Amino acid sequence: MIAAHPQARPSAGPDLSTSWYEASARTRVRLLLDPSSFREIIGPEQREVSPHLRLFDLPEQFDDGIVVGTGRLDGKPVLVAAQEGRFMGGAFGEVHGAKLTGLLRAARDAASASVLILFDTGGVRLQEANAGELAIAEIMRAVIEARLAGVKVIGLIGGRSGCYGGGGLIAGCCSALVVSEQGRIAVSGPEVIETNRGVDEFDSRDRALVWRTMGGKHRRLAGGADVFVDDRVDAFRAAALDLIASSGSFGLHTLEAEQARLADRLRRFGACQDSLDIWAEEGVADAASVPGMPADQFIALADKVWRIPRDAR
Amino acid sequence: MEDLTLRHTTRERARGNRQMAIIGVVASGNLEVLTERVLPENECVVEIRTAAEGFGEVWAAVVADFVERHSPGGIRFAINDGGARPDTVSLRLAQAARLMESDQ
Repeated sequence: MIAAHPQARPSAGPDLSTSWYEASARTRVRLLLDPSSFREIIGPEQREVSPHLRLFDLPEQFDDGIVVGTGRLDGKPVLVAAQEGRFMGGAFGEVHGAKLTGLLRAARDAASASVLILFDTGGVRLQEANAGELAIAEIMRAVIEARLAGVKVIGLIGGRSGCYGGGGLIAGCCSALVVSEQGRIAVSGPEVIETNRGVDEFDSRDRALVWRTMGGKHRRLAGGADVFVDDRVDAFRAAALDLIASSGSFGLHTLEAEQARLADRLRRFGACQDSLDIWAEEGVADAASVPGMPADQFIALADKVWRIPRDAR
Repeated sequence: MEDLTLRHTTRERARGNRQMAIIGVVASGNLEVLTERVLPENECVVEIRTAAEGFGEVWAAVVADFVERHSPGGIRFAINDGGARPDTVSLRLAQAARLMESDQ
């Protein structure tokens, strides 16, 4: 029996302990930013829907699966984009991509506000593949141009669709990434690898393998993500503020440092057959315990193993 | 895809002053509802685009029940439907009407 206790009712104010994974794109934006500070650009009432889905007799969404706009984070102006991972897997189509490209170009031109990209995507929308692929290229260029103008572009990854395909490429261009355990980052997804290379290469039904290869913990330990957080809106908010303040300037030196970091990573771990081998090489005493480790213990462990060099990325 | 437009005359205007709201997501078994306060105060229109064809009578019954319960006069509802069940539709419509009751 469930007791009808007054204290058990949810409070009226914003609940910052809300699960990032469970929240919609709009809820993430609303709870991440300062209260009532969000102003949407090209909102759903403008009905800028995909011009392609109708041809395939598929339903449209009024915002084409991405929410973009301006807001404040701890008083400072930010531009924000949030993908809705439940609409077509958060995939990039023509309009969806153009909204993010436009936001990044506005950030480049203003050169005064940081950009937060709340990734939740399986990659390019197959029904508008050419437009989607072009959008990925435009967005990657726009991220780099914004960073060259001095803008910090921070990726937040913890949604149900993860960050795959072209989304993984865009994430790789960002100034810094925040990831939770649920936030998987990769280019080719588990099923894609298995289809192309066979089940011996990658068994997509082996969930433990998927999570320890692409999940947030491994991305943090391997240096793919800068900060690992618990699956809470307030944890993502704190990490975004930290990375806006701490991520470095961007130029040729950054790319050279990143190239050196990746070459060193390949040299050290290139022969490893499994993430467990990499974690052990990194000095994690009991690598097999990492997947089941609570977030706070894992964060302490990861900080002890190594901190991401801020001159790279 | 099937397009449906349902028009109703309402007893009274929808409470609150909010001009626009959106709730839900277009996914399998789910739907989004966009509400705009753009009609005369005794009218209500529900525009539906649905992936599940041939359920016009069910939509008409669900919407008529919703209008009777909530009397959302002055509001245009636009629905993108991913094949939601009638109970989910009723819930989303009620959520949308509730959002419009706020003052801003």
